Amino acid sequence: MLEIRNLHATVEGREILNGIDLTIRPGEVHAIMGPNGSGKSTLANVIAGRDGYVVTEGEIRFDGKNLLEMAPETRACEGLFLAFQYPVEIPGVANLYFLKAAVNAVRKYRNEPPVDAMDFWELIHERMELVQMADSMLKRSVNEGFSGGEKKRNEVFQMTVLQPRFAVLDETDSGLDIDALKVVADGVNALRGPERGFLVITHYQRLLDYIVPDYVHVLVNGRIVRSGDKSLALELEEQGYALYNEEPGRARRVAA
Amino acid sequence: MNDSTQALERLATSDYKYGFVTDIEQETVPPGLNEDVIRLISAKKEEPEWLLEWRLEAFRYWLTQPEPNWVRVHYPPIDFQAISYYAAPKQKGDGPKSLDEIDPELRRTYEKLGIPLAEQAMLAGVAVDAVFDSVSVATSYKGKLAEKGIIFCSFSEAVREHPELVKKYLGTVVPYRDNFYATLNSAVFSDGSFVYIPPGVRCPMELSTYFRINASNTGQFERTLIIADEGAYVSYLEGCTAPMRDENQLHAAVVELVALDNASIKYSTVQNWYPGDAQGRGGIYNFVTKRGLCKGRDSKISWTQVETGSAITWKYPSCILRGENSVGEFYSVAMTRDYQQADTGTKMIHIGKNTRSTIVSKGISSGHGQNAYRGLVKILPTAENARNHSQCDSLLMGDQCGAHTFPYIEVQNPTAQVEHEASTSKISEDQLFYCKQRGISAEDAVSLIVNGFCKEVFKELPMEFAVEAQKLIELKLEGSVG
Ligand SMILES: Nc1ncnc2c1ncn2[C@@H]1O[C@H](COP(=O)(O)OP(=O)(O)O)[C@@H](O)[C@H]1O
Ligand SMILES: [Mg+2]
Repeated sequence: MLEIRNLHATVEGREILNGIDLTIRPGEVHAIMGPNGSGKSTLANVIAGRDGYVVTEGEIRFDGKNLLEMAPETRACEGLFLAFQYPVEIPGVANLYFLKAAVNAVRKYRNEPPVDAMDFWELIHERMELVQMADSMLKRSVNEGFSGGEKKRNEVFQMTVLQPRFAVLDETDSGLDIDALKVVADGVNALRGPERGFLVITHYQRLLDYIVPDYVHVLVNGRIVRSGDKSLALELEEQGYALYNEEPGRARRVAA
Repeated sequence: MNDSTQALERLATSDYKYGFVTDIEQETVPPGLNEDVIRLISAKKEEPEWLLEWRLEAFRYWLTQPEPNWVRVHYPPIDFQAISYYAAPKQKGDGPKSLDEIDPELRRTYEKLGIPLAEQAMLAGVAVDAVFDSVSVATSYKGKLAEKGIIFCSFSEAVREHPELVKKYLGTVVPYRDNFYATLNSAVFSDGSFVYIPPGVRCPMELSTYFRINASNTGQFERTLIIADEGAYVSYLEGCTAPMRDENQLHAAVVELVALDNASIKYSTVQNWYPGDAQGRGGIYNFVTKRGLCKGRDSKISWTQVETGSAITWKYPSCILRGENSVGEFYSVAMTRDYQQADTGTKMIHIGKNTRSTIVSKGISSGHGQNAYRGLVKILPTAENARNHSQCDSLLMGDQCGAHTFPYIEVQNPTAQVEHEASTSKISEDQLFYCKQRGISAEDAVSLIVNGFCKEVFKELPMEFAVEAQKLIELKLEGSVG
């Protein structure tokens, strides 16, 4: 469902991604691991279409469509979701209101009428239970004054309400205790199904105990230097990234 | 420059939707201002001698006053002799006796404006006093209000029917010498609303006035006087629109509020006068003096305003907190775009003990819009334990607009606590991207964020007004799709 071919991208004129190839089929969960600054968030931002991330080469197809030609909101309406590494605060805009605006924007794109108030209410409450979110969070302004953990939980909550076909989670587990981590995993696992794909960016192997990936990729210096199954994550946990991180030249040889 | 910045810069091209002109026979006094014109206005209104004298005194004083020269607003000199000081729709025979008798053309105007003049007003729980140019056309639900002893009528009618009340309070909060435009208003005011809530009565519905400037080359000088007697409560709404015209029109109103012991007045304005075109031609000069006197102990006056229109807005709805424990509030959203200028704020004058005031001001500027907050918090020596909290936030859209904050604080009593917070922000790329990533278009994202910015003020508005205010802001933000 998501095909990335030879993707090169620059930020402020500096090449961050240098030739990424990645194919994710419906139903698959892929994990991307890699040291800080290796380009994981950059990849997530390029997929989501953020301004300032310039694709200089390569392509991304989403269900066969050219993703890079679409505006970020179109990508979202097509079913792409990004759980932000650093969720943004929007003062004065109630979480619930924001979520409803998002749901209705997607529905409008699909030529569907605005969501029925009762249906929405039920869905919201079911999802809140799933991610163990307090009612009071709905009235609070989007992410304003939320703790780090609440912000991440809110991202997962939004994901489970919007039910995207493809979701990128950017270090949603960072800074979470084990209980919060399980909540994140529950959210993902609840949505997991033959029609959906996930790209889970993480620093730590432990999330992958709960969200068991089909594939694990190691991203170093803007390239995928190694791919494998879930055991690769364990191996990385033991050995770290030092092996891949000495200098870009070597990393490229490993990948090839 | 990236997409969303461009989108922001492209804001501000939606058309003014209230710019139609009503084709109606007008009775207009020829332009010009002299004592004869004032006598004519007074005679048309069958005013008592004392009121004519008051007007004339104001006029003579006005002649001695120079036109104010404000720092932050710029406009060509106004030719006060080129303005007509009285315009009224010509009536067939006597004046309308009921809502059904109002000129159908006029009613259509109000319908276009969405004013619930007739029965809908009852359903909406709103009693409307509609001021069309200088004459109050209809006041609905007078009967129902009269049962409670509430007086809600046009100012002219109040002068005829309740002269003792008018005489007792007129000019007690805004004396005719107050400022250039208040003086002018005192001399030539044509109509406006009058409200009196008797002791212990809670007004059962929102009272509402819609002002509309229709005739060209006329000024609108309405005068509003609201009195809440002991223990009374009233919520008053004021909405304003005007047709599009190339020349500037002057609107110099005076609003006086008086709250006696334990009384509370809530005054909400949504001001959407014609702002002029995208090049800054035409539009209303909105020079208004609004002031409330918390005369009694434990009284409260709360101003909420959403200012989106006018070429120039110059107004400082203020509170004089004389009664012990009295409370003054000012909640304001002022939005300027194109070449609009707004210089607005409030004055909180603390005289009584334990008086408290709150100021929340939100300024939004786009295009070449200039927005200034100007506020005075004055704690007099008598105001033991006075408290004030002020918060002034500015939101800038694009880089050609401006926001300016001028807080003046004068504390003459050491027990006072005065806090002032100010911030200036832009809609961040991060916020826009976050919204877009959830499927929300750039335009909707901007209006979502702006509405969020205004939330603290909007939540002070009565429900139906809050919705209208939100729609107005959205309308003003239209044209931002990148
Ligand atoms: N918006 C940005 N502006 C400038 N540099 C950036 C930006 N985003 C990422 N970078 C740079 O790109 C590199 C990769 O960053 P990132 O994708 O965030 O890495 P990761 O998520 O793997 O830690 C870093 O060197 C970072 O400084
Ligand atoms: Mg990152």
